[in-house]
Order: sequence, then structure tokens, then C-alpha cells
Amino acid sequence: MSAFALYSLVGFALFCIGLHGLITRPHLLRKLLALNIMGSAVFLFLVAVAYRNRDAFPDPVPQAMVLTGIVVAVSTTAFALSLARRLHAQTGRTTLAEEQPE
Amino acid sequence: MSPLVVDVVLGGAVVWLAWMSLASRDLFRSVILFIVFGLLMALTWVRLEAPDIALAEAAIGAGLTGALLLDAAAQFTRHGAAVPAAGEPAPASPAPAVDGGEEGATRGSLVLGGLAVLALGGMLVFALLRLPSGTEGLTGQVAEELPRSGVEHPVTAVLLNFRAFDTWLEVSVLLLAALAALIVRRSRGVGDAAEPRAADPVLAALPSVLVPLMVLAAGYLLWLGSHAPGGAFQAGAVLASAAVLLLLAGRRSITALGGASLRLALVLGVLAFLAAALATLLGGSLLLELPPARAGTAILLIEAAVALSIGATLAVLFAAARPVPSSGYGSRGEAAPP
Repeated sequence: MSAFALYSLVGFALFCIGLHGLITRPHLLRKLLALNIMGSAVFLFLVAVAYRNRDAFPDPVPQAMVLTGIVVAVSTTAFALSLARRLHAQTGRTTLAEEQPE
Repeated sequence: MSPLVVDVVLGGAVVWLAWMSLASRDLFRSVILFIVFGLLMALTWVRLEAPDIALAEAAIGAGLTGALLLDAAAQFTRHGAAVPAAGEPAPASPAPAVDGGEEGATRGSLVLGGLAVLALGGMLVFALLRLPSGTEGLTGQVAEELPRSGVEHPVTAVLLNFRAFDTWLEVSVLLLAALAALIVRRSRGVGDAAEPRAADPVLAALPSVLVPLMVLAAGYLLWLGSHAPGGAFQAGAVLASAAVLLLLAGRRSITALGGASLRLALVLGVLAFLAAALATLLGGSLLLELPPARAGTAILLIEAAVALSIGATLAVLFAAARPVPSSGYGSRGEAAPP
């Protein structure tokens, strides 16, 4: 099994884990962790494709895309955290109010 | 050609860490496992011959994201989570690490999650199997144009020359995120996020040793990007880490920047690209088509501005995530902190 195939499989597993966690875990912080894991899975696949296309060096265009993606992911996470912390400071909740238990 | 067993162990560890991070009941433990996951991802990038990404993942993905998450987890576990509306009110929990009040996954969400994984995962497998198997890609084209790009490192050439427009948009997205965080916070700056000087003498003294070294390392990474893995993003991440360290130790940090200088620091990256774009357009070339003779200098100047901007923006994002300490907003309802 080539490195590309193996890491594509790892990326697929990470994506499924992240997606499952995003939907099932109600805590906002864990949803953010799940989103980040899904992002890492996509990056892993892009870098695996770049590795497969290597000649003198790996294909730099997917690597540049992933570098951009990491920075955008951290800014998204930071903004989402500021929203979640504001929600918690104002209402004391750490989950989204979907249905009232009563 | 390293043996496959390293890849299997690395891949298995990464998957296991991701699963444990999401499955853990303790919030703090989830975040720590996620940070370790980020560090192992950095090793994976090294294995896949992507050292630029490994540097960025270690600094930004594991380092800064980890700091953001730990800061947030501290707030969530300090004041407790939601009071369940039915049943008894949340007792003063003697185990503050467990996020009390969260009931875990509901049955409906588990079914939905399973269905989503099957559907989207199936589509992914289908797409993966249909990938063309020849080694196509842009490696050849980049190798051809690299001598005229002004730098010797292919990733830097792609980021700052061939796809400079994408990087310009990315810096704008970063600026938007900082603005949005400040708006949510309803403050014009982050001056009120400053902390008193840390009581721990090691933490209070640490920046005096580390910050000059970090600034030096950032400058080195910036200069390195033209011929080796490195560049503006990694340098900016190290600068942001230095600012966050100063903030946590209670020293003067990004919080001391006033209105005008803060705004300048935040927009510097976007402005640098704008200046380069105007210069190329007014000079008769296409947008951001850097002339080969001066591309190297132009890239270095743009990278310096972008690194400063990224450092300031990430530090502002960290500080702005913290709620305003005054009575701007407090917790309403019955969930008063003990």
C-alpha cells in the first residue's frame, strides 16, 4: 500500500470521526474540535495528493492551499470561540438551545 | 524511503487521538488530546515531505489553537455549564473538570450522525476511487517558472507570486475574523483584556527570556522562506505566540496598543498587497504580476508586512475571545457562579 493510499484512508477515517462528533456531541467546544478534525482530514488528503504528484519536490500548489487553509481554520475557530464564550458569559449555556426539556 | 510501519503507527495514532478527543467526557482532557493530535499531524506533514505545513501546524494548529481552546475550556469549566431546566438544579460540582449539565449525545443525533457518516463517507470513497491515477499536477509548471519567481523555495513562490491573489484574500479573511471578534465583544480594542502580573514567578519572568528569542526566530523564519521552508505565516505565528505569552504573564502586550496603531497593525498585510497590486497595475502589467528582476525584494517586503499583520491579528483574536471583565454583560438566569 503506497503512502498516498494509506494517508487517504487515514484522512477518510478522520473525516468520518469529525463529522460524527460534530453531529452527536452537544457541547459547543467539542463541535469546534470536531470541525477542526474534519479540516485536518481534508488537509491530509490534499497533502497526500501533493506527495503523490512529486517530482523534484512535492506539488507545491496543494501545499500552499493547505497552508492557507490552516490559517483560515484558526481564524474561524477563534471567532467561533469568541461567539461561544459570549454566549456562555451571557446565558451560562455551553450548548445550543434546540428543544426545551420540559 | 522510510518503512511503511512508521506510517501505519503514525496514522493509527492520529485516528485514535481524534476519536479519544471527541469521546472524552472531560473537557480539559479533550482539548489536551486535540493538541497532541495537532503535534502528531505535524509529524505526518513531515513524513509527507511538507515541512512548511509542519511548521505552520505546530505553531498555529497545535500551538495557537490549543491556547485558544484551553483559555475557553477554563472559562467553561470555571463557571459550570448549563443548568438543566428540568430536574434538580446543577449542584456545586466538586469535580469541576467534568462539564456538568451536558447530557451527551441524544438518540436522534446519533441516528443522524450515523446516516451522515454513511452518506458523506460513501460519497468520499466513491470520489477517491474515481481519482485519475496518472501523476498529473502542477509540479512541472512550477519547476519551470521557479527561476523567474524571485525566490528559490517552490511553496513560497506559489504563495507570494503565482497565487499571490489568494494570499491577499486570505489575509483579508483574517482581518475580517478579527473585526468580527471585536464586534461580538462590543469593544473598539482589546485593552481591557489585560491581566495583572502573574503571581507565579516563573511565568512572570518567562517572557523576558523567551520573547526576544521568539522575535529573533520569527525574523529568521521570515528571511528563510525565500530559499527553505519558512515564510510569513510561520513567522507571524511565532510573533503571535510571543504576544500571547506576554498577555498570559500579565506584561504589556497587544492589549497596550491604542486605537490607531492597533488598526494599522491589523490592516498592514492587506495594505501591502494593495500597494503591490496598484504598483503592478499602474506599471502596465497584470494584477500582481511581479517583474522577475524585483520580485525577490517585493516578496520579502510583502512577507514582512504580512507576518506583522498575522501576528497582530492572531493575538487580537486570542485577546478578543475573552469576555469583557466589567459589567458589559454578565450571566443571566439562575446560573449564577458560586
